[in-house]
Amino acid sequence: MHAPNPEFAIEARNIVKRFDGETAVDGIDLAIRKGSIFGILGPNGAGKTTTLRMLLGIIDPDEGERFLLGSPEPISKAHQVGYLPEERGLYQSMKAFDAIAFMGALRGLPLAEGRKRGRALMEAHGLGDAADKQIRQLSKGMAQTVQLLGTLVHEPYLIILDEPFSGLDALNQGKLERLIRDQADKGVTIIFSTHVIAHAERLCEEIAIIADGKIPFKGKVSAARNRLRPQVHLETRNLDGPWRTAIPADCKPLGHNWHFTLPESGVEPLLHALVEGGAGIESLSIERPGLHDAFVQIAGEAVARKMDEDATTNNMDEAA
Amino acid sequence: MIETIRAAYVIARRDFTAIIFSKSFFFFLLGPLFPIGIAVAAGGLGSQVSQDIDNSVIGVALSAEEADILLATRLRLSRSLGSKSMPELLVLRDFSSQEADIIAKLDGEKSLAAILSGTLAAPVLTGSERDVQRWQGKITLLAETALSQPVMVDIETRFIGQTSSSSERNQLMTAQAGQAILILLTMILAGMVLSNLVEEKTNKIIEILAAAIPMDAIFLGKLFAMLGMALVGITVWSSMGLAVALLVGGNWSALPSPAVGWPIFGVLMIFYFCMAYLLLGSLFLGIGAMATTVREVQTLSMPVTMGQLLVFFLSYSAITKLGEPVEWFAVLFPFSSPFAMIARAAQMDNLWQHGLALIWQAIFTMIIIRFSVMLFRRNVMKSGQAARKKSLFARVTGK
Repeated sequence: MHAPNPEFAIEARNIVKRFDGETAVDGIDLAIRKGSIFGILGPNGAGKTTTLRMLLGIIDPDEGERFLLGSPEPISKAHQVGYLPEERGLYQSMKAFDAIAFMGALRGLPLAEGRKRGRALMEAHGLGDAADKQIRQLSKGMAQTVQLLGTLVHEPYLIILDEPFSGLDALNQGKLERLIRDQADKGVTIIFSTHVIAHAERLCEEIAIIADGKIPFKGKVSAARNRLRPQVHLETRNLDGPWRTAIPADCKPLGHNWHFTLPESGVEPLLHALVEGGAGIESLSIERPGLHDAFVQIAGEAVARKMDEDATTNNMDEAA
Repeated sequence: MIETIRAAYVIARRDFTAIIFSKSFFFFLLGPLFPIGIAVAAGGLGSQVSQDIDNSVIGVALSAEEADILLATRLRLSRSLGSKSMPELLVLRDFSSQEADIIAKLDGEKSLAAILSGTLAAPVLTGSERDVQRWQGKITLLAETALSQPVMVDIETRFIGQTSSSSERNQLMTAQAGQAILILLTMILAGMVLSNLVEEKTNKIIEILAAAIPMDAIFLGKLFAMLGMALVGITVWSSMGLAVALLVGGNWSALPSPAVGWPIFGVLMIFYFCMAYLLLGSLFLGIGAMATTVREVQTLSMPVTMGQLLVFFLSYSAITKLGEPVEWFAVLFPFSSPFAMIARAAQMDNLWQHGLALIWQAIFTMIIIRFSVMLFRRNVMKSGQAARKKSLFARVTGK
């Protein structure tokens, strides 16, 4: 066993998990820097939850090693960790503030302090009136918020959220994004899994893309985007002239509009050639590719399509 | 270890308050109405054991000729009335029939309930008041039948203090009663543990618990919460029973005293109930944890109850066989050990064996919890490939 690196909140080295002979996670390596917001992206069934469960010590990997806050026994660091599982669960007969206090007590927070903080957190998140209601009396969204607050009540150093946006409406998704940013501003490390790329793109500094139990990409969001060349959208008055040599030969116009990948030489030579060559520029925009495009390029069209379908299904469930 | 105990306390406190402050707990407290019915039904089994206990031997210190006649008469009557209808007779050859000798004989021979001396026409039955009163009628019948001419025999009775034999039989009754109470309470209460993890599994709370605290703490906490609830119930029931008994009144001094004395016997009853509950409860918790739905738990409850009954029958049948292999087996077999040991407490006065038994039972409870946790992690949480590679010792000790 190698010594853990103190810079990282989580390290996983070649972890493997098999269920009934099927490999769910196939040799994943991860190193998540302390104080960062880290997203794990992938469609349903890609291995996100299994990976998180192994990192948290809920299940043990069949092979490899993992360290949570420097410990190979993640449960020993439970007091410093908050976890929101994908499948939400609370004791239905508990009062909301008690449920928060109970989750804190599980992670070492004295019950009385947990109750005090539970009420304060609910008040701060606009749920003060619901603090004394039983969980079964709350709406689904409110119950999810209560569970999320239970994840934070003991003020952990590391928060792991498994599909935190699933089941939330747009308003609550926005609130959750703000909450994640607030925690990150306090220096808390946040790791969340999602199959909605937009959330990761807005929140994360670093991501790991997971597909079929493997990680084809991990690194900064900008690095993922930079794997693709920027796209140029050009409108010209003229359709031919010396400037045509500046754009790819196989690029065909749609009327007077041209769409092509920015050449390796960069923006300035292109612009110079267009102006000098008499293109008659009506409009020019250079678009950096989004994380979705990068995801398609990294994980493949089929995986990206599956992820889009998952997101659509999720939205339909929320609407229902 | 401290963290496990702390976490177990968090779970136990949540479960305990959730149960105690629920409306259904009131109905739980009404539960004894049901076991009273069971107790009446179980009386059949009890009477069978009582017959074993009452299968006493009467020493015959008559002349050789009259003794032979009496034996032949007993045989004849047994054929027509049934083998259990007449006491066993043991002819005491070359016996002086002096009162001092009779008392010494009764004290020395634990199997002897009383001694018949004098003649068939004027028999004398000596023994404890309880034994003499029990056998007086049958001995009179035997004597009258044995005489060639029909004559009314007036049996003379002589009472002595508690003999070894009568004391032993009285303690057997205490053993029987103590064990019956223990069995009844365990049977009613331990089975409730079976469905204890279903709520966590159906509500998906198990995921939160498993990520926050050691799995052993979840099992321990749940087990002790249920034990606490059971003890609350027992306290309420016994207080009510005591109040009723005080109101009705009764001859408390008539209760046969256990070998270890009443105070220690009471303490041991509590300890052995706790151990019986923890032993069977941890097993049931482990079995119940494998079930994914309430329906599965219901399906499992029948074989589990049957298993419980087997353990209880083993303990019950061992009461009258103190020191025999079957009784030793019941003492050593963890699930029957508390029941067998409470029977021992009623009949044997040495205390060290109870210390050993309680330690043994506690160790075995921990082993079952560890094993249950291992199965739960492997089969339900889908973990433990790595655990499988660990040695059995490491799995049991958690190191």
